[in-house]
Amino acid sequence: MLRFFISRLSTFFVTFVGVTLISFAFIRVIPGDPIIVMAGERGMSQERYEELTRQYGFDQPVLTQFWDYLTGVLQGDLGQSFVTKKPVWDEFFALFPATLELSLCAIILAIALGIPAGVIAAVNRGKFFDRALMSSALVGYSMPIFWWALLLIIVFSGNLGWTPVSGRMGLLYYFPTPTGFMLIDSLLSGQSGAFVSAVQHLILPTIVLATIPLAVIARQTRSAMLEVLSEDYIRTARAKGLKPWRINGLHALRNAMIPVITVIGLSVGTLLAGAILTETIFSWPGIGKWMVDSIFRRDYPVVQGGLLLVAVVVMIVNLIVDMLYGLINPRIRTRK
Amino acid sequence: MALLNIRNLSVEFATGGGSFRAVDGVDVTVDGGEVLAIVGESGSGKSVSMLAAMGLLPWTATVTADELSFDGRDLRDLSASARRKVIGREISMIFQEPMSSLNPCFTVGFQIREALKQHLKLDSSARKKRALELMEMVGIPAPEKRLTAFPHQLSGGMNQRVMIAMAIACDPKLLIADEPTTALDVTIQAQILDLLTGLQRDTGMGLILITHDMGVVAETAHRVAVQYAGWKVEDQPVETLFDTPHHPYTAALLAALPERATERRLPTIPGVVPGQFDRPQGCLFSPRCAHADDLCRSTVPPVQSAALGRARCHYPLSVPAKEKVQ
Repeated sequence: MLRFFISRLSTFFVTFVGVTLISFAFIRVIPGDPIIVMAGERGMSQERYEELTRQYGFDQPVLTQFWDYLTGVLQGDLGQSFVTKKPVWDEFFALFPATLELSLCAIILAIALGIPAGVIAAVNRGKFFDRALMSSALVGYSMPIFWWALLLIIVFSGNLGWTPVSGRMGLLYYFPTPTGFMLIDSLLSGQSGAFVSAVQHLILPTIVLATIPLAVIARQTRSAMLEVLSEDYIRTARAKGLKPWRINGLHALRNAMIPVITVIGLSVGTLLAGAILTETIFSWPGIGKWMVDSIFRRDYPVVQGGLLLVAVVVMIVNLIVDMLYGLINPRIRTRK
Repeated sequence: MALLNIRNLSVEFATGGGSFRAVDGVDVTVDGGEVLAIVGESGSGKSVSMLAAMGLLPWTATVTADELSFDGRDLRDLSASARRKVIGREISMIFQEPMSSLNPCFTVGFQIREALKQHLKLDSSARKKRALELMEMVGIPAPEKRLTAFPHQLSGGMNQRVMIAMAIACDPKLLIADEPTTALDVTIQAQILDLLTGLQRDTGMGLILITHDMGVVAETAHRVAVQYAGWKVEDQPVETLFDTPHHPYTAALLAALPERATERRLPTIPGVVPGQFDRPQGCLFSPRCAHADDLCRSTVPPVQSAALGRARCHYPLSVPAKEKVQ
């Protein structure tokens, strides 16, 4: 396990440097001078422009800029936002809990519905439930997310008035947010109705963000289950006189989970990427919205640092997924 | 009364190209304490008829029978939950591929204890004790350590022993062994057969041994049923079958035994078992039979008397096999 961990860590480092390079290059490829954007419509004098260029180091060769950035990153310094002048690190950690809360709710919803749906579809292969589920999964997977989000907002927020349109918390409530997770903080605040408001704000973004992973997980679970159900050991389980739920839910599902875990791991990456769109539509104050705003402002340090941190989170999730394989599949665990 | 009594069993599979009759009017009877060998080439419907009795066939299969009873109970109109009380408890089954027949995600101890938990009212420590006892019964060395092993950490022979331990966990009245040694090394084959016949003698359970190995049959069985392309073509006690086979197919199978070969080249049966699309009219064995004539090729043969081994043949043989071959 230790050797496995070390080999993973070295891949981790290489990927890290690669992501640093890409995020650094990516924002510079986009047209638009950050200093001109900073000046806004009024513009600025040539002297002031050159002074700022020097101040931010844009007069240096690109390689030198990258080297300065990389050494800074390795020392834990992601730089300061051009716009707010606050360290990128602080901004990220102020906003990340919002994204994490939304993503966690979405992936939990996707797993909680997707796996049972896939199992039931596989067990009832070819019957009505199977067909209905697989068709809706295809619809869910191919639907444009922004359209789906707007549709839900129009129906549930606009017409029915059941849920708020945007944000994380009703304006009537104000309380400190020590954890950054609105569900927890609203409970800690002790204000009546705050938790309900937090849940109401979460519902639609969670549904929107969970749609694609839910479809993918359900389809993957179904196909993995179908494969496993024709295995010899399932026949053995039936020959033992075990109950169907035990055969399907324990003997088959445990084996079918291996490819499903992979998909869940990949979905987490998609979720963080998908969160950008969802957060923008629902004005969810998370890193997705923060990054989009920063790209428009050509806020180089924020875009670079944000991409890097998101990539690190995805890599950590993948590491956890690899560890989970071993837990679920003993054949991997004992391999040297 | 026989322990397992199957009369006129037919199994049809719905396939893309129409329905395929894998088992066609087969009778099987086994008494308690009897060892019945079901012999035949691949595709002769040996496993399918037993899987049908266990209710383990996929949903594409349609099973019909005039009688399908176990220990006086009709298995045909048993509800799924009532069937589960019989399957794994009173009839159990082991399979051809021990490596893939055990669930790779659970320890062998777990899988044995699970069978006990399903059918017997034992508490957790009693189940543990019984599992250990079973592991010893099937001759697994260091059973305590092996209980926590996963199937991939054991050899094929060991896994088959685990399968046997699991199958006899609830003291079944009948054990069906579906080619239990086919996937194993020759040296291990004999050990597993010894184990099965030993257990059968000790517990007095009935044993159905599905095999295509006539050598195995000679060593273990009391009675032999020969199947061909979904038909039962012969049914005799083992001693008389080896001396005087009545069906030409049985005679040809015996002639193909290396010990019986008299020439340098081993005799073979030309052709293959007919499949879904090339079933002949009349006797199914007629295209490969050395004795077949126009009657065989046009008319389905009758089942002969018990004295003629219930041979399904127009012209049952009555000459000892050895003379026949020469």
